[in-house]
Amino acid sequence: MTARTQRRGLTVKAAAFIAAAGLTATLAACSSSAADSKPLVGLITKTDDNPYYVKMREGAEKKAAELGFELQSLSGQGQSDNDSQVKAIENLVARGAKGIMIAPSDSEAILPAIKKARDAGVFVAVLDSPTNPTDAADATFATDNFQAGVLIGQWAKAQFANKPAKIAMLDLSPAQVAVDVQRNQGFLQGFGVDVADKNKIGDEKDPRIVGHEVTNANEAGGRAAMEKLLQRDRTINLVYTINEPAAAGAYSSIKAAGLDGQVTVVSIDGGCPGVNDVKAGAIGATSMQFPIKMATDALQAINAYLKDGTKPSTTEGLDFTNTGVTLITDQAAPGVTSEPTSWGLENCWG
Amino acid sequence: MTTNPTPTMQPILQARNLVKRYGHVTALAGADLTLYPGEVLAVIGDNGAGKSSLIKALSGALIPDEGEIKVDGKTQKFRSPLDARSAGIETVYQHLALAPARDIAANLFLGRELRKPGPLGWGLRMLDHKTMRKETARIMGDLGLLTIQNIGQAVETLSGGQRQGVAVARAAAFGSRVIIMDEPTAALGVKESGKVLDLIAGIRDRGVPVILISHDMPHVFEVADRIHVQRLGRRIACVQKTDISMNDAVSLMTGAQTPPVGHDPEALPARLAVR
Amino acid sequence: MNSVSATPGPAPAKAPDAPTQRKVGERLDQQPPVSFLGRVQRQMHAHPLLGPTAVLILACVVFTVMVGPRFVDPLNVSLILQQVQIIGMVGIAQTLIILTAGIDLSVAAVMVFTTVISGKLAAEAGLPAVVALVIALATGAACGFLNGLLVTRFRVPPFIATLGTLSIFTALNLLASGSQTIKANVLPDLLLWPGETFRILGAPVTYGSVLVLLSFVAVAFILKRTAWGEHIYAVGDNAEGARLSGIRTTRVLLSVYIVAGIICAIAGWLLIGRVGSVSPFSGEGVNLASITAVVIGGTSLFGGRGNVLGTLLGALIIGVFSNGLTLAGVDVLWQVFTTGVLVIVAVGLDQWTRKVAG
Repeated sequence: MTARTQRRGLTVKAAAFIAAAGLTATLAACSSSAADSKPLVGLITKTDDNPYYVKMREGAEKKAAELGFELQSLSGQGQSDNDSQVKAIENLVARGAKGIMIAPSDSEAILPAIKKARDAGVFVAVLDSPTNPTDAADATFATDNFQAGVLIGQWAKAQFANKPAKIAMLDLSPAQVAVDVQRNQGFLQGFGVDVADKNKIGDEKDPRIVGHEVTNANEAGGRAAMEKLLQRDRTINLVYTINEPAAAGAYSSIKAAGLDGQVTVVSIDGGCPGVNDVKAGAIGATSMQFPIKMATDALQAINAYLKDGTKPSTTEGLDFTNTGVTLITDQAAPGVTSEPTSWGLENCWG
Repeated sequence: MTTNPTPTMQPILQARNLVKRYGHVTALAGADLTLYPGEVLAVIGDNGAGKSSLIKALSGALIPDEGEIKVDGKTQKFRSPLDARSAGIETVYQHLALAPARDIAANLFLGRELRKPGPLGWGLRMLDHKTMRKETARIMGDLGLLTIQNIGQAVETLSGGQRQGVAVARAAAFGSRVIIMDEPTAALGVKESGKVLDLIAGIRDRGVPVILISHDMPHVFEVADRIHVQRLGRRIACVQKTDISMNDAVSLMTGAQTPPVGHDPEALPARLAVR
Repeated sequence: MNSVSATPGPAPAKAPDAPTQRKVGERLDQQPPVSFLGRVQRQMHAHPLLGPTAVLILACVVFTVMVGPRFVDPLNVSLILQQVQIIGMVGIAQTLIILTAGIDLSVAAVMVFTTVISGKLAAEAGLPAVVALVIALATGAACGFLNGLLVTRFRVPPFIATLGTLSIFTALNLLASGSQTIKANVLPDLLLWPGETFRILGAPVTYGSVLVLLSFVAVAFILKRTAWGEHIYAVGDNAEGARLSGIRTTRVLLSVYIVAGIICAIAGWLLIGRVGSVSPFSGEGVNLASITAVVIGGTSLFGGRGNVLGTLLGALIIGVFSNGLTLAGVDVLWQVFTTGVLVIVAVGLDQWTRKVAG
């Protein structure tokens, strides 16, 4: 080896060492407080950019601190990103987590990973979107999405007692995932439409339904979907939306068409912007769900299980623990229990 | 075979009445070209005179609409560069047609790699890197390019002249009949240009005729035997280097002067005829 | 045509007027003095795997320090391998395409589509598993052929062509699957085989991980040792030059896209084994992750330079960061952040080292 190559080797090594030191420092700085003996619990959400999951996470962090858990939050990179969630479960198990809470993106493809975690002795609580079958997890804390749909359906039925309805259905995605189907079918049943197959969107023959469009549950999707349906029929006067961002998008398109005031929009979620939309009249009524309660109930269940091995019981008539749903509207309808927006703004999740 | 020409020597490459049109533009309007064994024929012409089209037709990169090309008196139809190459005509393109990130050996054998003997070669198309390296060293050595000591070096790490050297070596190694060089000195400095001209002379001395397309009159006059003047899509003259001055050549090229009356564009190169 | 037909014979006696021979290569020996950075640049140009190898080793060292022995536990190493196998396998296909100066945005869609094909055929049409698998591979080849045809015959830029086929294959995938997941209990063992394990050093290793590693070695060998590999590099490096040098560039490109399609179908097989079911929504993020792995591995997006083993390193780097940061309890967003930094650094380094050509 010549002197020159030797020198080169040294400099490369020196550079590597400096880089290593820098990297270690950076990582140490941004990692959460160093090793402690608190039991580790993981929270895996579908995405990390949806306020629904951000609030769920914040609630979980608070509750975890209260119960003396270390909480690690992970997420997929899209509504249907199963692969990242599988990886997250594996890594949490490898890190020695005692409990995992997960809002699965794919209610079936996630099952083998959940099974692996449970086989390793980890308590798995599913949040928000039940797995199929539900008993694949130790416990499930979720909104009864069908009931959420039924509530807005019943409310809308009362509004349209004396006039004919022309209904637009703004759904989530073409994939017919459980939450999408349940909300859609719940709404239609609550409204009094014959839903045919309860597990299928779009098989209804009721002429009052103008059409179904997908929104990807966001504002841009809601707007585009509503535009398409208004092209088809400008007499639409009732719009079901999968969630409040989609409802906001739909409303902007209704407004652009000069039809505001003539169309009633109903939605599901209970986010603060959504409740404000109800207050402002853009949305007629929304079914509020309680994501923070899902996470805190799940943490409590994990706590109880770690103490003495008890598992939570499911809500009667359901195969999961119902975290409840409340109808929010300022135009209370007879026979449908609801809370006004003032209550809604106090209890909305973000 | 070329050091003893006779007055009846047959052209090694001959193009007759080549025509190529692109829509309304006529790139070649009945162009001729004659190349004798052992000579360096310079092709000069203004921009748009049809030099490139003529060269492309001879190297198979362009299919002429009309006219014929003969190699050793036999009519050939070139449908692709491969056809011209299998007829023994190699071209050094202006932009060299090298793969800059590949090493010298890989470039020398680009498109005609040596394969391992037996089923590994024709079945799996496995390469014989060892022989290719050895051959590369030999070819480069033969051309006096031996000091490029590392034939495993990427071509892009070489200087402009060295890259030209690789392209010329490739043509020289495989071009059994004719080597065409398109502006080989255009991108080079004075010193490197001189080396490339030496290479051209060296190839000529080995008996392989060269067609040299160049804008550079001093280079043309240093190495050429005859000068083919292309203008408006056809050959307007082909003169012995000794019969013309640089200024006259430029005048012919630009149309400021007409060719000398009674000159024979098919005449044998003087250097070969007198000996 | 595969032999040096007419090397210049021994030079005849020099003509008296021939100029004396000078040597063209002589400047090569006198290298100008080079700075430290210049030396690093040269080293990285000559050894493109140097960068990614250093990053991988560094990352492993750092995470071992941060996480402790659990990080290098055979169990965890096996886990990382399992987590990168899909990105790795798809990355092989992506490397081949990128080496030709192309890009393939449809790789993940092809992969998932083939899983739906084999899953449906085996679980619902009742075909033997082997037949279903072969048809899935053929489907991958057909998808690749379509991409290749668009790029070569119809001269659609690869980015646009595969952006279009991405939508087409995704739609076909949802149509064929009816958006339904096919569960493990109805799938034949052969389709789930890549997820099966055997033990090395007490740690379970999946056959899928082994298959990926073997594929990397095989493709690296093919790229280095065969005419096909040589031509892929030449086409990516200088397509026009390759054509003028007698390489049938259209045929090379077409074959690359077909092979990439087949490799994606193999990745699909691994995916079934890894997920334990056939889900039409699997493979999200694999497209970009595969490109990321290729780029971090030092393969140039401009084509013609790079190494498939770099992609293996790139995939491992992604896997090690994702696993290591989770094990170290670092917020998940830092994984995304780090990947972004790595990509930019890798591309920047590529641009910089290519200036050696200067």
